[in-house]
Amino acid sequence: MIMIAYKSLSRKDLAARIARDIPEGWYVNLGIGIPTLVADAIPAGREVILHSENGILGFGPAPAPDAIDPWLINAGKQHVTLNPGGSFFHHADSFAIIRGGHLDLCVLGAFEVAANGDLANWATSAQDSAPAVGGAMDLAVGTPRVWVATEHTTRDGAPKLVERCAYPLTAPGVVNRVYTNLAVIDVRDGHFVVTEMVAGLTRDALQAQTGVELMFEVPEYA
Amino acid sequence: MINKEVRDIADALSGIEDGQVVMVGGFGSVGQPDALIEGLIERGARDLTIVANNAGAGRIGLAKLMEAGRVRKIICSFPRSAGSVVFEELFRAGKLELEIVPQGTLAERIRAAGAGIPGFYTATTVGTLLARGKESRVFDGRTYVLEQALHADVALVEAWRTDRMGNCIYRESGRNFNAVMAMAARTTVVQSCGMVAAGVLDSEAIVTPGIFVDRIVVVPETANARIAEAGAA
Repeated sequence: MIMIAYKSLSRKDLAARIARDIPEGWYVNLGIGIPTLVADAIPAGREVILHSENGILGFGPAPAPDAIDPWLINAGKQHVTLNPGGSFFHHADSFAIIRGGHLDLCVLGAFEVAANGDLANWATSAQDSAPAVGGAMDLAVGTPRVWVATEHTTRDGAPKLVERCAYPLTAPGVVNRVYTNLAVIDVRDGHFVVTEMVAGLTRDALQAQTGVELMFEVPEYA
Repeated sequence: MINKEVRDIADALSGIEDGQVVMVGGFGSVGQPDALIEGLIERGARDLTIVANNAGAGRIGLAKLMEAGRVRKIICSFPRSAGSVVFEELFRAGKLELEIVPQGTLAERIRAAGAGIPGFYTATTVGTLLARGKESRVFDGRTYVLEQALHADVALVEAWRTDRMGNCIYRESGRNFNAVMAMAARTTVVQSCGMVAAGVLDSEAIVTPGIFVDRIVVVPETANARIAEAGAA
């Protein structure tokens, strides 16, 4: 077997890859972690309206250190800016936006994603009696498109894309697409379908790092 | 003449007794009524049930209230965050009861209480551990769980500007849970960053009408402290 070198995406490049697929005009909520980085990667001139659980539509990138506004933070409690046309509202309205299906997309992190679209991203075990759920469950069931942004495996190399989630679910059957540092993978009819791989990665190498059989819509060598 | 402004924080918190349910506004440290929380520690009421999005950070504010042993139970969506050391210690020692509620369900349960709605159905938590033991019902082929209104004896909220009638506006993302909690308690106490004369606030833009507010105490903002706290969280 010939080993071919491939380079997995950095967190920043993964965020930029996701940002490329978000069309102008979409209303989008970004979860904590890699998804947050998407905010700074929206291509210049493309108007994407970002929503934050704590009552903001239209927030912008992080401020310069000398221009921090103490009253303006995102759901990750990081300081942000407000774009022209931005608006504020209270928490019940913020989740009416989410639960009412008004957003176009949310991008969330994951502990595990299953081939049937199940998402686990809030509790590390059923015995974890004090997990932090935040807004993840509302976002997962209320948003018409749920994309996951995650490393393809855990730090220990265990697959995060699996047949069935072992971690407690955030919501069943909600994920439409997974962006990892190795590939872009659609969830279709109970299967993971690979639509893009990083250059140099083979199908076998990707399959070896995945906990469930993949289907491929990409050539052997991308 | 109506005037809901009270002299000091002790007056603002009078009547808060052991065992009451206290809502605390804010998201992280933004919009959190820190001076009222400090006052609550001084007041000494125990066995409180606290409703808030977070369980505090560091050893100030909510964390300090918990560390002082005043809190029996916390109802929140996100107890664990960087620096939530007091929560971790007390919870692990079995000294704190916890009810985890998804953030949107928490907001809507509070809103429902204020709006006189005893319960509502939501798809949030369906198919998860948090739906255990909850009634469910199918509408148009989709399953929803029944959630109940969350009432409080007292709501502690922070507003940006208020007038003597109790009308409030908030500042930027400081609105968060404050405007909803102001509706949901028997007594709503506002920590205001500043009073203005009646008629100064734009009537079209008032977020919390004075009918929801019982007492106001003025505590000018300390912007620098807030930046430091948010940075640490």
